[in-house]
Amino acid sequence: MSPTLSTVAYVGATVLFILSLGGLSSPESSRRGNLYGMIGMAIAVLATVFGPQVTKAGYPWIVAAMVLGGAIGLYAARVVKMTQMPELVALMHSLVGLAAVLVGFANYIDPVASAGFKGAEKTIHELEIYVGVLIGAVTFSGSIIAFGKLSARISGRPVLLPARHWINLAGLLVVIWCGGWFIHTHSIDAGMTPLVIMTAIALLFGIHMVMAIGGADMPVVVSMLNSYSGWAAAATGFMLSNDLLIVTGALVGSSGAILSYIMCRAMNRNFVAVIAGGFGTGGGGPAVAGAQPAGEVHPIPATETAELLRNARNVIIVPGYGMAVAQAQHTVYEITRHLRDKGVNVRFGIHPVAGRMPGHMNVLLAEAKVPYDIVLEMDEVNEDFPDTDVAMVIGANDIVNPAAQEDPASPIAGMPVLEVWKAKTSIVMKRSMASGYAGVDNPLFYKDNNRMLFGDAKKMLDEVLVALKA
Amino acid sequence: MPQLIAQLIGVPRETAAGEKRVATVPDVVEKLRKLGFRVAVESGAGDPANFPDDAYRAAGAEAVGDVWASADILFKVRAPSTAEVERMRPGATLVSFIWPAQNPELMQALAARKATVLAIDSVPRISRAQKLDALSSMANIAGYRAVIEAAHHFGRFFTGQITAAGKVPPAKVFVIGAGVAGLAAIGAASGLGAIVRANDTRPEVADQIKSLGGEFVPVEYIEEGTGVGGYAKVMSEGFQKAQAAVFAKQAKEVDVIITTALIPGKPAPRLISADMVRSMKPGSVIVDLAAEQGGNCELTVPGEVVVRHGVTIIGYTDLPSRLAKQSSTLYATNLLRLTEELCKAKDGAINVNMDDEVIRGTTVIKDGAITWPPPPPKLSAAPPMKPAAAKPPAKAHEPGKAPASARATAIAFLVGAFLFWFIGAYAPPAFIGHFTVFVLACFVGYMVIWNVTPALHTPLMSVTNAISSIIAIGALVQVAPPVADSADRPTTWIVALAVVSIALVAINMFGGFAVTQRMLQMFRK
Repeated sequence: MSPTLSTVAYVGATVLFILSLGGLSSPESSRRGNLYGMIGMAIAVLATVFGPQVTKAGYPWIVAAMVLGGAIGLYAARVVKMTQMPELVALMHSLVGLAAVLVGFANYIDPVASAGFKGAEKTIHELEIYVGVLIGAVTFSGSIIAFGKLSARISGRPVLLPARHWINLAGLLVVIWCGGWFIHTHSIDAGMTPLVIMTAIALLFGIHMVMAIGGADMPVVVSMLNSYSGWAAAATGFMLSNDLLIVTGALVGSSGAILSYIMCRAMNRNFVAVIAGGFGTGGGGPAVAGAQPAGEVHPIPATETAELLRNARNVIIVPGYGMAVAQAQHTVYEITRHLRDKGVNVRFGIHPVAGRMPGHMNVLLAEAKVPYDIVLEMDEVNEDFPDTDVAMVIGANDIVNPAAQEDPASPIAGMPVLEVWKAKTSIVMKRSMASGYAGVDNPLFYKDNNRMLFGDAKKMLDEVLVALKA
Repeated sequence: MPQLIAQLIGVPRETAAGEKRVATVPDVVEKLRKLGFRVAVESGAGDPANFPDDAYRAAGAEAVGDVWASADILFKVRAPSTAEVERMRPGATLVSFIWPAQNPELMQALAARKATVLAIDSVPRISRAQKLDALSSMANIAGYRAVIEAAHHFGRFFTGQITAAGKVPPAKVFVIGAGVAGLAAIGAASGLGAIVRANDTRPEVADQIKSLGGEFVPVEYIEEGTGVGGYAKVMSEGFQKAQAAVFAKQAKEVDVIITTALIPGKPAPRLISADMVRSMKPGSVIVDLAAEQGGNCELTVPGEVVVRHGVTIIGYTDLPSRLAKQSSTLYATNLLRLTEELCKAKDGAINVNMDDEVIRGTTVIKDGAITWPPPPPKLSAAPPMKPAAAKPPAKAHEPGKAPASARATAIAFLVGAFLFWFIGAYAPPAFIGHFTVFVLACFVGYMVIWNVTPALHTPLMSVTNAISSIIAIGALVQVAPPVADSADRPTTWIVALAVVSIALVAINMFGGFAVTQRMLQMFRK
């Protein structure tokens, strides 16, 4: 395959990737979007393998590595439960990060790769290697920690070292200093020391950064790491002078950054504040500065919940992470179907940051076969609560906290929330009276029109379903 | 005011003719006792509502011959008669319906008795007081019962049926006034299968009518009909004419009319004229829930059922009492909630705290001094418009954000311009080409992503993650580049690193696309 043909193939792949991202704008076109992505990737890989930069000697290696990795990937994709999606995505980000590090090192130790560069070109090339490895290493270790937190192998509580901002700053200075040292070395062996030091610092930085971020902010972290993996690819593209890598990396990087921004806006939080960590905690002492909500909670058994649902005309279900943990989405769908058959108008209200990654709830509900046209976003559903008979909150807390609107002293003040308390009756399903990730007490529980259904979401919903069918 | 002995709540028998309700029920007695009170029920007080004395005793109340003389607090349904007021202990507290505007003599008699009187009909219409709003709970029952009475006097099914013996058309019901009673009537009638239409002067209730299965019949005349406290107000003459035309048209079409129109402190508006009654089909039914206040229908006889021009007009004034057990239970619960407000310490003694908006509004006589009418409540119970109320004070903790953003933009542009100049000045031409591509791609990504629906954010991340496997290209070109092996090229190392990279990325590539496909397949209509 000639160099021009290979370049044209790259352009085609780029267009397909853009179409792929654009295709995800609606559920109808999304499957085609994914298909475009696959075709684009296949074209890119084949054009490279049969292109001028790969000789026949490499084919066995490439095929072996591809088959091995592909088999593992396909197996993982098949067995993963939808509730584990956030973990899987985080883990996959780490692979891209690691690959970027390895490619960077391989490129650096290859004297042929940098043979043609002199002066400013050489400096820029070395800088590209340096930055690529840096971003890759941060992505790798950060993703591993995010994976640990999401799969509950590591506590979701933020770990806040004393003077953590100073530690980060010191790390950054060392990285810059190593960069200067690295650029001015004259042999590959001499440059290896600063590169390795920097890689170690970048790995530690990634760990430290994600450790300091609370579980509630994980949607932001996951999409931020997504963005990083894109930038790592773009940096690699600069290093290898490969436009396809640059374009695709930039696409992924900017899309991840925008997603992070959308998430932050949904929480009324500043992006820098999220990344600086420390929120989502309860770690900073009792965060409740405003009035402690007073009054009594009204517990309700599953049978009465069923009664309320049966007699309702309009029901809005607000799922949260608790539904994912309890794997209750199928029972939720059973209840939904039962009620809809009875003529009850059941809809779902999804908060943008419900769950542990963007759109997490939508995926779970889709898995349970809930039709997507009754799954609505917060803004679409919020004004309907006053006409709703029953608002059922399943394992969510902060996203339905009226304190965000009513108490300016609350740590979550100003965060948009689902106004379930405006429904005639709200039912909150919860394991206990513990506060949510934000560590804020929830006045909703004490409202007169609120009922609490205590217990494991799956078990309680099963009981509700039995009572409904009785 | 700490009390050494728990106060005694007395529940007398209702003496008004035909009144079957009772002011407390056994279940509530238990809860009152938990608040620290003693409870005495006049023997036989609960019999008409099917609560025997034994049930009260089992719940911990005494059943005694007379409660008037001994009780510190009296719970009643109807306002007491003059004779009953005479029997009250001086300084006692009375909780019941009073209607202070309509009963000035009763107010004077109670004041002379140095009584404290809480009128359950005067509970302010604010959200916090909903749980003690007995008017609503009684109106709910009245609305339901109105439909049952109408069905009883109506000679046909409410629901449409197709039977072997022929087709039955559904009854058409027209409900005037969509307050609590009206809405209850709409719900009950549509539950029986009738075609329900409803009208109200307050346009914001149209959605509530629809939610209960009714059809809103508007009066095409522009005037806002919501008064203070969520009640209706008197409308202009022009509106009334337009309204009468609508009602006259409905009267010819429908089989049942249920009127619930009331304006606080005023006689009920006359909405159904004798002519309209005459135009109705013979056998039709009118239920006039406003009969006690004079009736919405010109021909209503309060308290009776009459037939005029072949139309049955029901003017019962005791509809809640006709569901005595249900209405007693709800009323008793309303009184319990009021008692909880009055006795926050749960020490068996009430504290009439006039600083509390709810208690202030409900109390019409305090220690013999008439305190009615209260200052008007500040908020409408259901504000028709909430101008920007839903907007939280989001930026309150970031003062000066708006002006800063202009400065921040300027700084960002300056920094950007400097970076571009720096790159332009020092970078080699090859780099500039890549840089151009890079910046443009960033913007393409930016534009494309804004259109993505939030529901698909997880698949989007999954697919972008899969696409970031493009880094495989970087590894592929390192495995076996077309260069001659030379001594100083650590080929083994490079190949090893590249192959490991390819394997890692392949996991991501295949896994990412496969899992995205799996997810997207689940999204269905």
